[in-house]
Amino acid sequence: MNSTKPLLSLKNITKTFGPLVANDSIDLDLHRGEILALLGENGAGKTTLMNILFGHYVADEGTIEIDGAPLTPGSPKESLQAKLGMVHQHFTLADNMTVLDNIMLGTEPFWAFRRNTAKAVKKIKRLSDQYEIDVNPHSMVSHLSVGQRQRVEILKALYRDTRILILDEPTAVLTPQESDHLFATLRLLVAEGLAIIFITHKLREVMAVSDRCQVLRHGKTIHLCKTADTTADKLAKEMVGGELPKVERRESKPGELLLELSDINATDKKGHQLLRELNLSLHGGEIIGIAGVSGNGQSHFADLLSGLLIPSSGSFQLLGKMIDRPNPLQMLKSGVGRIPEDRTATGVIGDMTVQENIALEKYWKNDFSSFGLLNNSALAKHTRELTKTFDVRCGGLNASARTMSGGNMQKLILARVLSEKPRVILANQPTWGLDVGATAFVHRQLIEASRNGAGVIVISEDLDELFSVADVIQVMYQGSLSPPIDPSRTTASELGLAMSGHRDVIHSMMLKEARA
Amino acid sequence: MDLLHLFLEVGFWAATVRMATPLLFGTIGELICERAGVLNLGIEGIMAAGCMTGWTWVYFGGDLWTGVLAAAAVGALFGLLHAIFTVYCGLSQHVTGLGITMLASALSSFVFRMLLPNITTPPKIIPFQPLHIPVLSNIPFFGDVLFTQSPMTLLALVSVFAVAYFLKKTPAGLALCMTGENPMAVESQGLSVFAIRTGAVMIGSSFMAVGGAFLTMSAFDAFYIGMVNGRGWICIALVVFSSWNPGKALLGTIIFAAFDALQMRVQQQSGMLIPYQFYLMMPYVVSIIALIIMSRRSAYPKALLIPFRKGER
Repeated sequence: MNSTKPLLSLKNITKTFGPLVANDSIDLDLHRGEILALLGENGAGKTTLMNILFGHYVADEGTIEIDGAPLTPGSPKESLQAKLGMVHQHFTLADNMTVLDNIMLGTEPFWAFRRNTAKAVKKIKRLSDQYEIDVNPHSMVSHLSVGQRQRVEILKALYRDTRILILDEPTAVLTPQESDHLFATLRLLVAEGLAIIFITHKLREVMAVSDRCQVLRHGKTIHLCKTADTTADKLAKEMVGGELPKVERRESKPGELLLELSDINATDKKGHQLLRELNLSLHGGEIIGIAGVSGNGQSHFADLLSGLLIPSSGSFQLLGKMIDRPNPLQMLKSGVGRIPEDRTATGVIGDMTVQENIALEKYWKNDFSSFGLLNNSALAKHTRELTKTFDVRCGGLNASARTMSGGNMQKLILARVLSEKPRVILANQPTWGLDVGATAFVHRQLIEASRNGAGVIVISEDLDELFSVADVIQVMYQGSLSPPIDPSRTTASELGLAMSGHRDVIHSMMLKEARA
Repeated sequence: MDLLHLFLEVGFWAATVRMATPLLFGTIGELICERAGVLNLGIEGIMAAGCMTGWTWVYFGGDLWTGVLAAAAVGALFGLLHAIFTVYCGLSQHVTGLGITMLASALSSFVFRMLLPNITTPPKIIPFQPLHIPVLSNIPFFGDVLFTQSPMTLLALVSVFAVAYFLKKTPAGLALCMTGENPMAVESQGLSVFAIRTGAVMIGSSFMAVGGAFLTMSAFDAFYIGMVNGRGWICIALVVFSSWNPGKALLGTIIFAAFDALQMRVQQQSGMLIPYQFYLMMPYVVSIIALIIMSRRSAYPKALLIPFRKGER
């Protein structure tokens, strides 16, 4: 980290959205060959700041200088020309096109008569060799895994000879191994003289990869330090602005058997096997964590428990009753509470109000409807109570759900599910994209529900999450589940290997358990 | 009646290609709009506007080819209107498109009546005459089917290949397809989604209008109110049939037009045994069946119908 003139320098950036001050006179310097971690809770203003830098928004005040030259605000085109590259949290790739198409877009004169694909392929090959990024330029993006897609995004930036690379929560969707791969790539890049801004709220990664950290809170720079001089705990306190809310672990004493799956198979219409030989038994008071890289059948497993997927063979017992042809309403009514994976798509209906969203899974109850008419006053009372106990912050009961933040949406879903006192709770990626505070809230609620006798299944790609809440972990790989593993007897890297299909790892873990 | 004999007949295939021409223009135009992510239900009305503009231009002394250009320009204007509402304001593409159809059809009849208030039989113009392209028109069979057509038919065939090349091989075509798949990808690569969509809708709409102009300037020689007669809606279906692929769009229009031509022949030959409405219905029934079969595995442009708003996710 040289102390010469910074490559990128943001001065006094201020941005307001109505009454909300998203960025309050933030300064940021970035030097050649360093990785700066930009930390902060959701809503701290990290993404806003980067969107200003990249020209998606225009700042109300402040200046941006790259290599001493001012950057024209509000134009992604200018930012690209200044050799700024951004890997967005939600990838900006077109699925039905090839990697090559995605990378080449906008890099040639718009009205050229013919695309020079041969030259582009050659350049991509050179870059992939240089930075050890392995992607076939001719494969369709839809055929790539999430980790590969991210590599395409990085290639896309490198293809434009980027000098400053911004990564917005790049590890949110990666396995530990993929994250390590990414960090190795980033190290190679900074060694070549690039400068990288790494946005995250995972502290372990900050400590592992960054040179300096800048912590934002409520739109202000709170803390600025060298990574070597700080600790993860210290950074966490700076981020949250106080002590971290602690999630209490407790002794689990399994109660009665609630759910038992044995040798469940399921296929889709074309005969592809979706789930194979699933075995799982869930007891009251127990939290089972399902680990796995996304796309290994977790969503089908969730569909099975929600009654959306009908198994082709095997036995499915819920609360002592055999279930032959599950359907969603039946599962809901027999006490399966469901926190879906994608809260905006299948969790809440964005255009409907908070109250209506609460009503979605309980409108048929006698308390809330009579003679086919909704009892709105009872519903309103119920919703008001729920938003209070679950601390859902929304613009009133009649605000549409889409106006809420991700954390509040998740609290709303939790409120809807947990208020019904379900016996079995299925939480699919319950804290995806939530900040530390909201994550702790969700974990506390799930643990409390299990303490009160419910059985909980948490599907997650975040191993830290599973280690902090689950009593037992089962790894999902290509539609099948591993035998239960005791989290206290394994490590994240072992699980990571199991998640990428190393069966022998599971066997060795099982052996270890047997010996213990 | 010998069907096999009919399928070998030059006249039948020449008629098929002729009848496919307006559909081809319309389908290609709609395809361009939809590949950029904008459904253009204004097509029926824009074709009517093209019909009227081309004919009027020639009737009041204009040249045939400048008439085609005038029709294209009017089409582009209606396309611009559609783009302002759907691209910039982000309004419903269905509602806006239907509105454009009503506006453009009604405006065409209105302008026609204003210009020629006192006529009972529609006046005629001298339309495009079939070209006899030297050498090529002497090829047996294909010479007669493809190379003794109106120049507008040849233009339609050439434009299919030009559009296919444009979408597949040029940077601008790539940007257009990307806009229909993921506008955010286009925006983050420094291109303007608004500009690309507006351009695509305007160019697509001018293709539609030229398709309409073919009806009055080549297929017939006069303008009737309501003469587009649902061809625009057929084009919408043909785009789905083609899976948004210009080559398959050509195939689809030829199949539809072949059934249309067949229907006419059979009608003439079979007498009164079966009511003629049955034959009229045939091409539509066939296109519905084809659509059901093809659209099951068609891949929609992912961002079709979804308005892009800057600064949002």
